[in-house]
Amino acid sequence: MATASQVRSQEIADLATVRRGRISLERFLSPLLLAPSMLAIAVFVYLFIGFTAWVSVSQWGTNARNLALSNPLLKTYADMFGQTRWQDDLRNTVVFTVLFLAMSVLGGLFLAILLDQHVPMSGFIRSVILFPYALSFITTGVAWRWIFNPQTGVNQLFNDLGVNALLAHFGTGPIQPAWITDPNVIWQINEPLRRVLPFVAGWHVKLGIPMAMVPVTIAAAWQLSGFAMAMYLAGLGTIPGELKEASALDGATTWQTYRKIVIPMLKPITISVLVILTHVSLKIFDLIFAMVGKGPGFATDVPGIYVFDKMFGAQQYNLGSAASMVMLIAVAVVIVPYLARQLKEL
Amino acid sequence: MAAVSSFFRVKPAPARRAGFAHYLIVAVLILAVIFYAMPIYVMVVNGLKSKSYMTLDQMWHLPRGLAGNGFPAAWDALSPNLMNSFKIAIPATIVSAMLGALNGYLLSKWKFRGSDLIFTLILFGMFIPYQSILVALIQTLQWLGLYGHWYGLVVVHIIYGIPICTLIFRNYFANVPNELLEAARVDGAGLISAFFQIMLPLALPAFVVVGIFQFTNIWNDFLFGVTVVFDPANQPITVALNNLSGTNSVDWTVVMAGAVLSAVPTALLYIFLGRFFIRGLLAGSMKG
Repeated sequence: MATASQVRSQEIADLATVRRGRISLERFLSPLLLAPSMLAIAVFVYLFIGFTAWVSVSQWGTNARNLALSNPLLKTYADMFGQTRWQDDLRNTVVFTVLFLAMSVLGGLFLAILLDQHVPMSGFIRSVILFPYALSFITTGVAWRWIFNPQTGVNQLFNDLGVNALLAHFGTGPIQPAWITDPNVIWQINEPLRRVLPFVAGWHVKLGIPMAMVPVTIAAAWQLSGFAMAMYLAGLGTIPGELKEASALDGATTWQTYRKIVIPMLKPITISVLVILTHVSLKIFDLIFAMVGKGPGFATDVPGIYVFDKMFGAQQYNLGSAASMVMLIAVAVVIVPYLARQLKEL
Repeated sequence: MAAVSSFFRVKPAPARRAGFAHYLIVAVLILAVIFYAMPIYVMVVNGLKSKSYMTLDQMWHLPRGLAGNGFPAAWDALSPNLMNSFKIAIPATIVSAMLGALNGYLLSKWKFRGSDLIFTLILFGMFIPYQSILVALIQTLQWLGLYGHWYGLVVVHIIYGIPICTLIFRNYFANVPNELLEAARVDGAGLISAFFQIMLPLALPAFVVVGIFQFTNIWNDFLFGVTVVFDPANQPITVALNNLSGTNSVDWTVVMAGAVLSAVPTALLYIFLGRFFIRGLLAGSMKG
């Protein structure tokens, strides 16, 4: 966005400094003053990542620090991808990301559109929906842990609301899902997938939806759908009302107006929301840590928890580092194209 | 910031809007409010209960009076950690906001060859999974003598707060007209004096946004807190709450009261300064 006026103002500014003979000093002052932050980021982000990458291909697998390279170089990665637990983590990340994005993006868009319809107290409603975003995942995880505890929580609420009495009336048993304690993996697709891709036979992971992941996803969507809603509300505010009126005059229903005109116009917002929430989902740690941890049979284990366990529990630093590098690469795949596009627009 | 103000736009009252669809929308939104408030209700109500009354089948009931032991016990257990979180979050927020203001000013008004690339490289730092820097971070903090102390966390949060603070200030200063800076320079102000005399006074709203948003981010951190500080007396509130919650011997009314206590500072900021919080949130997603 280096506009003509910026260039011109730079010329005027340069002229002013030349007159005072300061140009040589000020040309170097800007990078000089940036240097401390640049240095801090260079060391604490890029150098540290480099060190982690080194550790991930080193023999540092015990308490004793050993930075000698492992042989073969990618041995730790090969070991990790062979572990059932890591395979479970990858499955869980995919399941969590898909469910979480579906719930929070669609939920956020839906709520934003409803709030755009001249409803009473919409400011209050927005504030309530976005409120969880201001809280820590630990605070909310502690609460959700009890809400999805099968001995109390929602199951108790079903009792209190008379749902189970009603079901008993119709001769059906009470609803008692095991929630975060459920070790089952439903809708397994190992067998059909193996027929198409024979190498799947070597995988230990049960490819399906771990039931304990569902309550975790609900909690995460509860906390972050407000973010999607806020982004969409900001976007809806920039769409001129005339456009909707014109569409209505052409005989379009409200539904058609949203589907054909408004939602396509919100595409840049949708991309931002998807990128941000996907990267949050790839990094998810605190919420699951406070709510369930690894879960029954690693049903809710994710790379973030794996890294923590391997580094600070087992002190297998190479394994933990390898897992964190996979997390970083996954995040970079999502974020780097997004940042590159932003850079072009600068 | 047009997008931001529209979040709070008050819509004119509908001229004549009723009918089934309208009531359906209102009904759905009421259900949404109940769903979003439900975990908060669980925390507050159970925090207020007494252990003697509290059984698992009463989770959804209102407390009998306000004399429960949850909050006093949670305060006893967690108040030192609440203080730690303040000691960490306040200085870290102030310093990273000042660094962000300087960086944002330079990167928007004093661009040089490669400065946009530097900005992007700095920004990447706010998206990385911090797991991927932890090994080196802990070794470095040990070497600097900062490992295991709350003030080590101050340093950590200042550095990893630089990207978001720089982003918010850069976008803010980019919208300040260049003419203001030119006028100051014609009057003889240099790069530094123009920053202090012209830009900083203008940047007050950005400081409020960054202050609230960064305070909330730091307050809510868990990963750095749990990996950098091992001594329970030095740990921030999130770590202490998680430890409390993981102890089976502790009465869970105390855990719920603790969850409420841990949320109070950021909740108050959100309730009273919510619009600044949302600006930070939207700016953080780079649509400033």
